[in-house]
Amino acid sequence: MSIETPARQAPAAVLATPILEVKDLVVRYGRGRKAAAAPAAVDRVSFTIQPGETVGLVGESGSGKSTIGKAILGLQKVSAGSISYQGKDITHAGSGRRRALGSELRAVFQDPNSSLNPRQTVGASLAEPLRIRGVAAPDARDRAEAMLERVGLPREAVDRYPSQFSGGQRQRIAVARALICEPSLVVCDEAVSALDLSTQAQVLNLLADLRDERGLSYLFIAHDISVVQFLAQRVVVLYRGQVMESGPAAAVTEDPKHPFTQALVAASPVPRPAEQAERRTLRESMGVRTASSVSNAPGGCPFRQRCPLATELCATERPALRVVGGSDVACHYA
Amino acid sequence: MIPSVAPAPAGSPAEAPAAGAAAPTVSRRPALTRFSGSKLFASPGSIAGVAWLAAMVAASVTAPLWLPFKTEDQDFTAVLSGPTAAHWLGTDELGRDLLSRIFAAAAGTLGTSMITVLVAVGLGTILAMLAAAGGDRTESVISRTTEIMMSIPGTVIILAVIGAVGTNIPVVMAILGILISAGIYRVMLGQAKSLQSQLYVDAAKVDGVSMLGISLRHVLPGLTNTIVVQSALIFAVGMLIQAGLAFIGFGPPIPQPSWGGMIQSASQHVYDAPWLMVPTGAVLALTVLAANAIGNALGKSPNATASHLPSAAARRQRAKAVSAIAAASPVNPEEAPAQDQLSVRNLSVGVDGSVRLVTDVSFDVERGTVLGLVGESGCGKTMTALSLLGLLPSGVSVTGGEILWNGRNLAAATDKDMEGIRGREIALISQEPMRALDPMFTVGYQLTAAIRRLRGMGKAEARTEALGLLQKVGIVDAERILKTYPHQISGGMAQRVAIALALSGRPRLLVADEPTTALDVTVQAEILSLLRSLVKDTGMSVVIVTHDLGVVADICDRVAVMYAGQVVESGQTAGILDNPRHPYTLALLAADPHANSAADMPERLATISGQVPQPKDWPAGCRFAARCQFAGSACAAPVPLLPSGSESGLVRCVKADELAVEGLAWVPTEVPTHRLLDVTPKVMTVEKDLA
Repeated sequence: MSIETPARQAPAAVLATPILEVKDLVVRYGRGRKAAAAPAAVDRVSFTIQPGETVGLVGESGSGKSTIGKAILGLQKVSAGSISYQGKDITHAGSGRRRALGSELRAVFQDPNSSLNPRQTVGASLAEPLRIRGVAAPDARDRAEAMLERVGLPREAVDRYPSQFSGGQRQRIAVARALICEPSLVVCDEAVSALDLSTQAQVLNLLADLRDERGLSYLFIAHDISVVQFLAQRVVVLYRGQVMESGPAAAVTEDPKHPFTQALVAASPVPRPAEQAERRTLRESMGVRTASSVSNAPGGCPFRQRCPLATELCATERPALRVVGGSDVACHYA
Repeated sequence: MIPSVAPAPAGSPAEAPAAGAAAPTVSRRPALTRFSGSKLFASPGSIAGVAWLAAMVAASVTAPLWLPFKTEDQDFTAVLSGPTAAHWLGTDELGRDLLSRIFAAAAGTLGTSMITVLVAVGLGTILAMLAAAGGDRTESVISRTTEIMMSIPGTVIILAVIGAVGTNIPVVMAILGILISAGIYRVMLGQAKSLQSQLYVDAAKVDGVSMLGISLRHVLPGLTNTIVVQSALIFAVGMLIQAGLAFIGFGPPIPQPSWGGMIQSASQHVYDAPWLMVPTGAVLALTVLAANAIGNALGKSPNATASHLPSAAARRQRAKAVSAIAAASPVNPEEAPAQDQLSVRNLSVGVDGSVRLVTDVSFDVERGTVLGLVGESGCGKTMTALSLLGLLPSGVSVTGGEILWNGRNLAAATDKDMEGIRGREIALISQEPMRALDPMFTVGYQLTAAIRRLRGMGKAEARTEALGLLQKVGIVDAERILKTYPHQISGGMAQRVAIALALSGRPRLLVADEPTTALDVTVQAEILSLLRSLVKDTGMSVVIVTHDLGVVADICDRVAVMYAGQVVESGQTAGILDNPRHPYTLALLAADPHANSAADMPERLATISGQVPQPKDWPAGCRFAARCQFAGSACAAPVPLLPSGSESGLVRCVKADELAVEGLAWVPTEVPTHRLLDVTPKVMTVEKDLA
């Protein structure tokens, strides 16, 4: 993938080693012959994240976006391809290597209700990553308190249990937990999807502030392209495990080239009735077919059964990513 | 060889010394004390059980100090006697004091039963945690092994062990524990697996916590409740089996006393001295009962009393509330709204008549139009919607106001009346389409059953109708979908089926509670298009509950913005979204990333500081004032819902006109969030006048 100048907040060193490089990643679920015949959950996905950059990973449910996040975090076995962190291969890193990596590569998960152990105090949850790295308990507590204050919660919160907080506050705690050991890359898997509008905005602002303050990189996984475009400089659009389009956030969301990205952008409703009516007409005229329950035969373009542009070529040959405008697009006809 | 599994060793051994040094800091309280303590003393049965067991343990431990006789002391002047002053519980056939023998045997019985508990529960828990953590292969090895263990006859094994090692009770009880552990493993496995799949376990794995650390710190504490319950039950089982073994002669060697042995000798005198059976039998039975009572009390889930279906008392209370409303507001035929028009007037909904969840809500839905109820969670929009169907959860009821629908006041309708209206006149589609469908039956069965019940059709006719309905909701291969089970179809398809199900009674009003929230945006757009065309074709009305302003813009004719149980602004959708008058609506729009395109995306989104107040904390004045950028002293007084000046719009804000004139916008302020995000929301009186 080419290196673009990010739309906002240009990172300092663009030509440095990418903080994360995912190359031809393949993930298959299950074992045996049956699994090998089924389409892979993630199918030859490649992208890079530069230091200080935020890359958004967008797609519908079942597009493999969360699986990619899990593979990077070592929670999902990789079938083929490689993942490198700061130039070092971590595709099959063992638990020891992961432990060393665990302070630099961290995660914020979707559900604030289950990402914190309800039986541990907030302090215990925050201290856990520090304690396993040998930080003494009083120091860990001090850092937990400071981190809570940074994410906008009172210091006293260390001694409370997660059930005593609202969803937005719990997500702040989850952010605090991710950032407490000064990471350089945070994987945010649907980190704001479960939140109400006003709390979602609070957490998004917090993530943006922390990024600017600490030079963090994010892999921001979400189904909502508008949320992604707030935070990300570059966006990767996935459909059924394959990259459909990737490029600068503004280009992908304002001038999408791939028919799937176009459908995705057009389907996201805007809160302006007149404009929404126009978008609806546009969407209905695009001729994108309903996702059918007919299973997709492997080979070719995964979107072809819904695509208004599809021809026979799309059924036989998987389109390679090629540069169209400012983005890389996997479509024969874009 | 007894694996000691203390109930809640939450910290890993490596951490123990450091944690001890900094005890007051990061305290890790064992789940046991927090969760089980109150339950244990919640019912008289378990209190009695705890008291009895505690007394037994205390008595058996201190037995040597206070027992009136030695176990072998024989009093030939009182053989087989009943209770006397010298022998409180009587004597046996050799004139030995029963009281002394029972309590001398107690320590051994209780102690060796405890061995069974420790081995069975300890081993079962360890195996379950191993299987949950170790992946598919480990799990299947352990599961197959335990299945084999469960299929061997336990009695035979126990007797064989006794044959081999003699009546060594601790060893026999430990072997019994191993046999029982297979069953315990089965009980624990599901729970351990579900704990293992929690996101916080993923988070710990990302931290680099080892498998052992995760099992001890995140899985074991979650299992404590089950461990304690199973321990109590296994304890009782252990005692019974031990007594049974002693009864058939495999107890401690004579003359050493044992409960089973005493019952055995009592059984030989059951005709000439029936009393002999009573003390030992009673002590054994009561101890077993006590252990079971404790197990039952601990096993009860915390909200077992609040069942899903309304209790008889709740139903009576609701009926009373309904008749009170009916008496207070008879429907005036002249004021009644037109056919198929819903008119909600001053609706209030409360919990058991005290805390109010929805206050004074009014709106109208004309025939063939779509009304959106919009707001954040906790604003009462779902409660408002459910009250239209008489489907409020148990304990929650309409406490005032009217829901006028085709000449009737639904707020005053009895449960029986509502049964005639639900499905036929007013139908519901919910957020989770899969919940509306029963996984045990095919789509076709469920759809035809609903059609036959609601429309009184025959089987064949209903099937044709079902096909038609599926086609109507945009399903192309309807024939095939009829034969599928809900789990075989995608979420979007399931929501279409759920809509078809809702349409089966040809309702005139559809209540849609977040119908697209769980769906992908492309599917959401299709479902909204479907709803729009249904409204156009059938003249049906829709009340749609949503938090998504984009959905409102897409489908709603009118919108009512709710905040803290009130409507704060209502009117035509275009008017409200393009020209919001209430600060809350203004703020919601400013916080919505969808409102901005990538080109003019702000550096920061506007936020609303704090959170929606709890019903008990609602102030008398404006309920939004504490979070409002424009709040002033005038906001402390109750604010009425007044015409906003644009068409039929209404707004509940004393500063609405002022804001409109000055064209003020909700700015993305930098609020010191820790001040506003108080963990316990308080009622705040805000005195900051921006105007």
